[in-house]
Amino acid sequence: MESRDTGAYPLILYRGRDGWMGYKSFDEINEKIKGGKAVVVTAEEIIGIVEEKGVKQAAKEVDVVTTATFGPMCSSGAFINFGHSDPPIRMGKVWLNDVPAYAGVAAVDAYIGATEPSETRGLEYGGAHVIEDLIAGKDIKLYAESYGTDCYPRKEISTCINKNNVNQAYMFNPRNAYQNYAAATNSSDKILYTYMGTLLPQCGNVTYSTAGELSPLLNDPEYRTIGIGTRVFIGGTQGYVAWQGTQHNPGQARGENGVPLAAAGTLALIGDLKQMDTRFIRAAVYEKYGVSLFVGVGIPIPILDEEMLMKTTIKNSEIFTKIFDYSVQSRTRPVLRSVSYEELRSGSIELNGKTVPTAPLSSLKKAREIAELLKKQVGNGEFLISQPVESLPAANKVNPLDVREGS
Amino acid sequence: MKTIKLSLHFPANHVTKPLTYDLVKKFDLQINILHADIQLNKTGKLILDITGTEWNIESGLKYIEDQGIKYKLFTKSIIWQEDSCVHCGACTAVCPSGALQMDKMDWSLTFDKEKCMVCELCVKACPLNVMCVTI
Repeated sequence: MESRDTGAYPLILYRGRDGWMGYKSFDEINEKIKGGKAVVVTAEEIIGIVEEKGVKQAAKEVDVVTTATFGPMCSSGAFINFGHSDPPIRMGKVWLNDVPAYAGVAAVDAYIGATEPSETRGLEYGGAHVIEDLIAGKDIKLYAESYGTDCYPRKEISTCINKNNVNQAYMFNPRNAYQNYAAATNSSDKILYTYMGTLLPQCGNVTYSTAGELSPLLNDPEYRTIGIGTRVFIGGTQGYVAWQGTQHNPGQARGENGVPLAAAGTLALIGDLKQMDTRFIRAAVYEKYGVSLFVGVGIPIPILDEEMLMKTTIKNSEIFTKIFDYSVQSRTRPVLRSVSYEELRSGSIELNGKTVPTAPLSSLKKAREIAELLKKQVGNGEFLISQPVESLPAANKVNPLDVREGS
Repeated sequence: MKTIKLSLHFPANHVTKPLTYDLVKKFDLQINILHADIQLNKTGKLILDITGTEWNIESGLKYIEDQGIKYKLFTKSIIWQEDSCVHCGACTAVCPSGALQMDKMDWSLTFDKEKCMVCELCVKACPLNVMCVTI
């Protein structure tokens, strides 16, 4: 990269595939957004625009491309501060609508995890439902126990809370927006109930979960604009990328286009639960597996230069994943074949010489709704882009958990 | 005219009989085969929509019984609570009749009640609990 002082904005030239290219800065794009002059399109629309106008022209005209996804993301939950009762209690164990919340933090703080099941209703109601009910403004039964201390004498409390009478309630999701994910099938003779849905015997179906060409990290495969501090749409409000997500795996094998060929990068996201909307956060229950949470995530990608634009033109035919056999109960399940999302979206694929129906698990319809909403919000100046304060790790590996003797 | 939905269970030795032909010719019934699982010399299962006059349907059902074939009327049906649906598509993974499908243009779920065999697999497969059985 090279910088030349040209007055108002330093003109930074960027070395791309075809030599030096012009560069739009985050600040310049934000100025356009604030003035309501930014040209914003979705990651699906950009494909046709570039085909029609060419890369050079489209990179000049388009400022922001919006991406989105709406899928089940188990690694989600919320921190809540309940406020102090009189006499006060140091909550040691907490239940919200009979769902245990983690209270091993300060006196009246707790974390309600999405997948935690109810102790009275089992798998039909869990942490995800508590979160959805909180967002909907419903009253939630709070029960907490303590051993009592000199400073917090109370030993038990039973009351009701809602999003208006608690102090903070913010979602903090350790792993969201997976950059690509496995597809699933089942070669055994019995039906399998998994987080990838119901898998029929003898490879009777294949399920997959992605927004594909609309998905955030597939449009910025090398994490150039999405990093720590990036403002995102989460659950209907504005939140941020807090950190790399758990199991972040940028070292996953990639195609020539830089797009990972299986599960790779992830994001830890944070956002104000009180501002969220149940249109974009929904509790889910997978038969005989358990509770999960549908999370709606959208990320605007600034078109800094032609190279960034090219990344956002990725198509379903250019994104591949692997079909794993979920009947093998092992960390390393066998891969039956590699497949493009275009093939998966067609409704059926060939597997071992047989035509097998495919079904999605994440909602493309809702993802499109979010991408369109985000396009509107960026377009009318409500939603600014943000330069990452730190990049996501570009290389690290995922450690397995091996059983070994302690020291 | 009315339409009923029923499943027929053929014993092994009846599979070769042209039952649906007889229902059409003898009783003037319209037959729509929704699902067929018939193998020679093995038991078979057939799911049908039958449309005709009340009298013809009654006579047709009696004829089926007289042939030694057991039938079961579908009294239940699947209700899709569309307002609560997020259109994820998980139910389409298990639907054997093709009644539940994704619209390939806008990726919303479509439900064709006519094709539904009321197998109830979607009720459990739906993560949002928006498919339910009603009588």
